[in-house]
Amino acid sequence: MSRLAATFEELAKTGRKALIPFITAGDPNPDFTVPMMHAMVDAGVDVIELGVPFSDPMADGPVIQRASERALAHKMSLKRTLATAMEFRKTNQHTPLVLMGYLNPIEAMGYEDFANAAQRAEVDGILTVDLPPEEGQEYRELLKARGIDSIFLLAPNSSEERIKKIDAIGSGYIYYVSLKGVTGAGHLNVADVEDKLRQIKTHSRLPVGIGFGVKDAETAKTVADLGDGVVVGSALISKIEANLDDLARAKHEICHLLASMRQAMDEGGQQ
Amino acid sequence: MTEKYNMPDDRGHFGPYGGMFVAETLIPPIQELNAAYQRYLNDAEFIAELDADLQHYVGRPSPLYHAERWSRELGGAQIYLKREDLNHTGSHKINNTVGQALLAKRMGKTRIIAETGAGQHGVATATVAARLGLECVVYMGAVDVARQSLNVYRMKLLGATVVAVESGSKTLKDALNEALRDWVTNVDNTFYIIGTVAGPHPYPAMVRDFQSIIGREAKQQCLEATGRLPDALVACVGGGSNAMGLFYPFIEDSQVKLIGVEAAGDGVATGRHSAPLCAGRPGVLHGNRTYLMFDDDGEISETHSISAGLDYPGVGPEHAWLKDTGRAQYVNITDNEALDGFYALTRMEGIIPALESSHAMAYTMKLAPTMGKDETIIVNLSGRGDKDMQTMAKREGIEL
Repeated sequence: MSRLAATFEELAKTGRKALIPFITAGDPNPDFTVPMMHAMVDAGVDVIELGVPFSDPMADGPVIQRASERALAHKMSLKRTLATAMEFRKTNQHTPLVLMGYLNPIEAMGYEDFANAAQRAEVDGILTVDLPPEEGQEYRELLKARGIDSIFLLAPNSSEERIKKIDAIGSGYIYYVSLKGVTGAGHLNVADVEDKLRQIKTHSRLPVGIGFGVKDAETAKTVADLGDGVVVGSALISKIEANLDDLARAKHEICHLLASMRQAMDEGGQQ
Repeated sequence: MTEKYNMPDDRGHFGPYGGMFVAETLIPPIQELNAAYQRYLNDAEFIAELDADLQHYVGRPSPLYHAERWSRELGGAQIYLKREDLNHTGSHKINNTVGQALLAKRMGKTRIIAETGAGQHGVATATVAARLGLECVVYMGAVDVARQSLNVYRMKLLGATVVAVESGSKTLKDALNEALRDWVTNVDNTFYIIGTVAGPHPYPAMVRDFQSIIGREAKQQCLEATGRLPDALVACVGGGSNAMGLFYPFIEDSQVKLIGVEAAGDGVATGRHSAPLCAGRPGVLHGNRTYLMFDDDGEISETHSISAGLDYPGVGPEHAWLKDTGRAQYVNITDNEALDGFYALTRMEGIIPALESSHAMAYTMKLAPTMGKDETIIVNLSGRGDKDMQTMAKREGIEL
C-alpha cells in the first residue's frame, strides 16, 4: 500500500482528518526547506505538498507566485526540488510527500527520467497542475509503475463526468479547490463546499483534501469536517513573506499556525 | 502535397502539439466555450452577422495592393501587400475580436478580458466591448504599458480598464498568465478573448478560423490580379495569428510557399530574441504544447524584440506542426533588419508599417530578389505603424 493510502486509512480509523501544508521548495532560500518540512511534521501535519517553482505559475495567486520567484532567484529547480525531497527522506520515512508543479519542467527533464528520479527520492504523489486527465496518459503510467500516485484537482464547477473521470485515473487523494479562482483567494462558502463534497463522495472512492481559502484554525476545523483533509498553502507562505528578515520567526509562526489547526481539527474529529 | 488538411483533431491536437494543458479549474469554461464555438461555427445566422460586421464595421475586404515601385526597386518577384493595416483599429486583430465578441454575446457573458502585447489586440478588444456595451479589462505587461503608451490611452478612451502586470518579465506572457487567473476567478460572467492562435483548445483553431478571412480574400484577390496563385506568402510570427490567418486557406495548395518570420531581436546567437520555432524546442505553456524558449530546468526564458507584439516565448501550436511537417518554413529577422524593412516600405510606398509587420517586410527584401519578375509574393501587412511612432522617434533621438 502506498504511503498516502496508508496515511488516510490510519486517519480514518481514528476519525481524524489529514493536515496537509503546502510550501514552495527553495522559498525563501534552498536551506530553509528541509528543516521547515521536519518542523511541520513535528507540529502535527500528515502529508506535505512541496511546490516545484515555475516561472509561469498560471493557476496560482500572487502569494505563491512570489514564492516561486524567490525560489527561482536562488536557482531552485525541479532537480533541486527532488534533491530536497531526498534529503527530507533521509530522516523521515513515514510522512507522505507530494510534489505539486507545472508540466514544462517535467517535460524538459523527460517523463521517464523524472519518474525515475521521483522514485529514487521516495516521492509519494505528483500533482501536475496543468495536466488534466485528457493529456499525459503515458506519463501517468510511468508514475504508476513506480508506485507514485497521480493526484488531481477538482473545482466547484467540475461536472459529475469530470469527477468520475478523475476517480478512474487518480490515486492517493483528490485535491478539491473550494473556490473558483487562484490559490490564496477570498473566503469559502461552507454550504457550497458541503454540497460539492457530497457529490464527489457519491462518485469517488478517494479521500478528499480541501484547499483554497483555509487561513486559520477555525476555517481548518470547519473544512476538515467536510472532507478527509485540509490543504493550507498561501497562509503559510504569507508567514515567510512577512518575515524575510527573520526566518526563525517565520518558521515559528508557521509551526504555531499548523499546531493550532491540528488541535482545532482533532477536537472537531472527536465529536 | 495536395492532400486534405484537417487539423486539429477533436481534442485540439496538431500532431503532438496543441491540446488542453490547463488546471482543472479552467476545464469547465473551456468546455463551455468549445461547445458554443462548435455550435455557431456553421450557424448561418451567426456567420451572416459576422460577415456584416467584417464588411461594415471592420471595413473588409482589405485591399491586396501591388507594391510596384518597391518590387521594381528590389528587382525580383512582384510584391503584393495584404492591407490589414487598413482595418478599423489598424491591424488584423479586429477580425478575431469581432468574432469572439459575437460569441460572447451569444453565450450571455457580460464581461470581456484580454491580454495584449503591443496593445493592438487590447485596442481591438476594447473597441468591440465598447460597441456591445460590455465591461472590458485588458492585461498588459508593465514593460509594454511603458513602450506602447499610445495604445494604453486608446484602450482607456474606449472605456477599458488596463491592468499593468508587474509579475515575471512584465511582458505578453505575464499578461496572459494574469488574464488566465482573472478568467478562473470570474468564469461565470467573463469571456476571455485570446488574441493569438495559442492557448488551450479551442483557441488556436478558433482564432485561426476567425483570421482566415485574410487568406480567403487574398487568394481570390490574387487570382483576380494575376490569374494564378501566389508563389510565396510571408507573414511575421509572434503567437502567429496573422500568419495563420493568411496561410490557412493555402495549406492544401502545395505549390505556394508559406514563410513565417520570427523576431531575432539582437540576433538568435545572442539569446536575446523571440524565435522559438527557429531556436526553441517543444514544451508546454499557456494551455498547449508547442515550440517554446526555456532553459535546461524548463523555466520559461525572457524574450526580446523591438516589437512588443512579437515579444513572446511561445508560438501557436499549428505553426509548430507546419514546421515539423515541412509545409511552412520559419526564418528570423533581427531588430535592425526589421528597421530596414520599416524604412523601406515607408519611403518606397508611402506606407508606415507596424514594427511587427516590418519583420515580414525585411524578409521580403531578402526573398524578392531571389525570385523571378513573373513570380508573386503576398506579404501580410498586419498592422500600421502609428503606435510605434514614439519608439521610432526615440531611436532617432527625437522628442515628440
